[in-house]
Amino acid sequence: MSDLLAARSQMAMSLGFHILFAVAGIAMPLLMVIAEDRWIRKGDAVCLDLARRWAHGTAILFAVGAVSGTVLSFELGLLWPSFMAFAGPIFGLPFALEGFAFFVEAIFLGVYLYGWDRVPPRAHWFAGVMVAVSGALSGIFVVIANAWMNTPAGFRLVDGRALDVDPFAAMANPAALSEALHMALAAYVAIGFAVAGIHAFVLLRQPGHPLHRRALAIALGVGGVCAVLQPLSGDLSARQVAEHQPAKLAAMEGVFRTQRGAPLTIGGWPDAAAQTMRFGLEIPYGLSLMAFHDPRAEVMGLDAVPRADWPPVAVVHVAFQVMVACGTVLAALALLGAFLAGRGRRVPDQRWYLKALLLASPLGLVALEAGWTVTEVGRQPWIIHGVLRTADAVTPMPGLPVPLAAFTALYLMLGAVVVVLLRRQVFQSHETAPLAAARAHG
Amino acid sequence: MAALTLYALAAGADFGGGVWDLLAHGPRAGRQRALIAHAIGPIWEANHVWLILAVVLMFVCFPSAWSALSTALHIPLTLMLVGVVLRGSAFAFRSYGAEDDAAQRRWGRTFAMASVVTPLTLGLCVGAAASGAIRVRDGRLLTGFFESWLRPFPLVVGLFTLALFSFLAAVYLAREAGEEDLRADFRRRALAAGVVSGVLAFTALPLARESAPLLWAGLTAGWWSLPFHLLTGLCALAALVALARKRDALAQAAAIVQVTLVLWGWALAQFPYVLPPDLTFEGAAAPPAVLRAVLGALGAGLLLLAPSLAYLYRVFKLARS
Repeated sequence: MSDLLAARSQMAMSLGFHILFAVAGIAMPLLMVIAEDRWIRKGDAVCLDLARRWAHGTAILFAVGAVSGTVLSFELGLLWPSFMAFAGPIFGLPFALEGFAFFVEAIFLGVYLYGWDRVPPRAHWFAGVMVAVSGALSGIFVVIANAWMNTPAGFRLVDGRALDVDPFAAMANPAALSEALHMALAAYVAIGFAVAGIHAFVLLRQPGHPLHRRALAIALGVGGVCAVLQPLSGDLSARQVAEHQPAKLAAMEGVFRTQRGAPLTIGGWPDAAAQTMRFGLEIPYGLSLMAFHDPRAEVMGLDAVPRADWPPVAVVHVAFQVMVACGTVLAALALLGAFLAGRGRRVPDQRWYLKALLLASPLGLVALEAGWTVTEVGRQPWIIHGVLRTADAVTPMPGLPVPLAAFTALYLMLGAVVVVLLRRQVFQSHETAPLAAARAHG
Repeated sequence: MAALTLYALAAGADFGGGVWDLLAHGPRAGRQRALIAHAIGPIWEANHVWLILAVVLMFVCFPSAWSALSTALHIPLTLMLVGVVLRGSAFAFRSYGAEDDAAQRRWGRTFAMASVVTPLTLGLCVGAAASGAIRVRDGRLLTGFFESWLRPFPLVVGLFTLALFSFLAAVYLAREAGEEDLRADFRRRALAAGVVSGVLAFTALPLARESAPLLWAGLTAGWWSLPFHLLTGLCALAALVALARKRDALAQAAAIVQVTLVLWGWALAQFPYVLPPDLTFEGAAAPPAVLRAVLGALGAGLLLLAPSLAYLYRVFKLARS
């Protein structure tokens, strides 16, 4: 394995691992504070129990997210020193802001987790709100930094050096808004459905369990609303990519030839050697419509890009298809759930629907990983789009497969431990007093 | 000037990270574990962020220095990261998950071992960077991947960091412990760690003369050097005496001042170099527009942070009853 590939794999693995925990740190606090709010306003003690249990899960996930995020902040320099030497000052501002947002999040999470008996209920709830807000903000700041790598702005490139650096203009780069919005919604969708699936699983075993019914209602509500909104933000993203990163769009859709009225290809396998799409289902004018809101618009193909600058077309295309497919299934499930809930005026806990939720529970996380694959692999061979190549940014350090193997082993172990611990949280056998009381009432 | 202020703030942040991270390094005889866990439980996440903030400020404000550091010190930094990951997650796993004792003990051990590795490698990196062994010319790194840190001076600085952190942790824990016998335990440990760090400091100095000439010059030549070192030594002595006389609050205050002075002494001795001998603050600093923006963000962020942190400590450190 070459050192470049090892460095890219280590970065991809670290990001892919961290993102799972990062989205939990963003979305779980929202679920907690909704549950706690219901307890405070309606005196529903089962909701308090639920908030506490979710808080326990959040603590574990947040800890792993925090340390794996620290690893990433170092890895940027450890693996890509010349990238950081160039980009650090330009896109560092959102990282600094993220540092503060994350700081606030950690502080109030401490108050939330350890302060149940130390601060009054509303203050405690407010600490939870601070965690939810700052968690979302820190995610948004990091995504803005990533957006800058896709659509760099805020400097002038003269002889390979950045002049007239304006960190605020860098933050306001073209991809910032659409990427941040897409990612924030994705976090709530992924965690909402993952949590809903877990509680659906318990409800299938113990129908009507009051705690898990409430949990399902809250998680499905949050995940569902965002799943329905997500296609709108996807549209914004698609148009931004079409305008600023045409090579990425061409790879996503397997467009080899620049053309007007380009079709949208669903599924299929892009054969980069033969420069054709195979086995795809084509919707005429679909891509032009999607990317430019005009069926006759011209879509740039990969033929306009030097062969050496193509991203890996097959990976990007398949990842994009996976992301869209998962998102579509979840949005459909959300609408179905809303229909069932509206018709029955109750939590949609029909067995077949619970089974569907269980099956769909990993899809949001799958979509998340696929989406990051699209945006990161789709930017290759550039680490900063059009400015710096990944191959020129990698550290001269030899033997990079060693840290790759070490961190992979470490993360596999951490992942396994987290799964075991969360299983215990979910299936805790003891029944708390309010839960028993709620059951007695039926 | 902006760069200097920034560095001061970053060093302050570093210092905070040190002070609190170390809480983990207390001794780990069985019955003191509960106290340690109790003391750091609510606050370790927040303290951990100092480290991230320091890294971010470093790569935003002194990108070329950070680039050189992270290449030349790739190996110890990676080791430190493994320590950070294991420490943080082991602590969380121990507190939140496992009910059975065997698993808890295992995580406790992992936590303790990782707590030793992290400050050791951190000190190692600081020692290597301060010694002037990392050479940069025209933006290109001339140093190999081992030679800058696999030497006596960085190793002693690493051990010194470990001892200093342990000392601080023990002093804090002596202050926080409820029962008198626990207090006495931690006082003894603080005294031992304090003496060890003193010995290591005096081992590092003659080594610095050989291996870190610029640092040595900075430490000895300035007009401020002598009074500064006297003050630091005085604080160290005051902390030890206070410990021996069971004045825990006084010992804590003296220890905090002492560690602050050690850090500032290092920063002053190294000035005007961010990475001696090739990169100065001026030479390595990011463009002024960036420094201004980050300084602004830092100011705004601290306005938000200060009351939040104060609240956190008020809830968990003062209202202990």
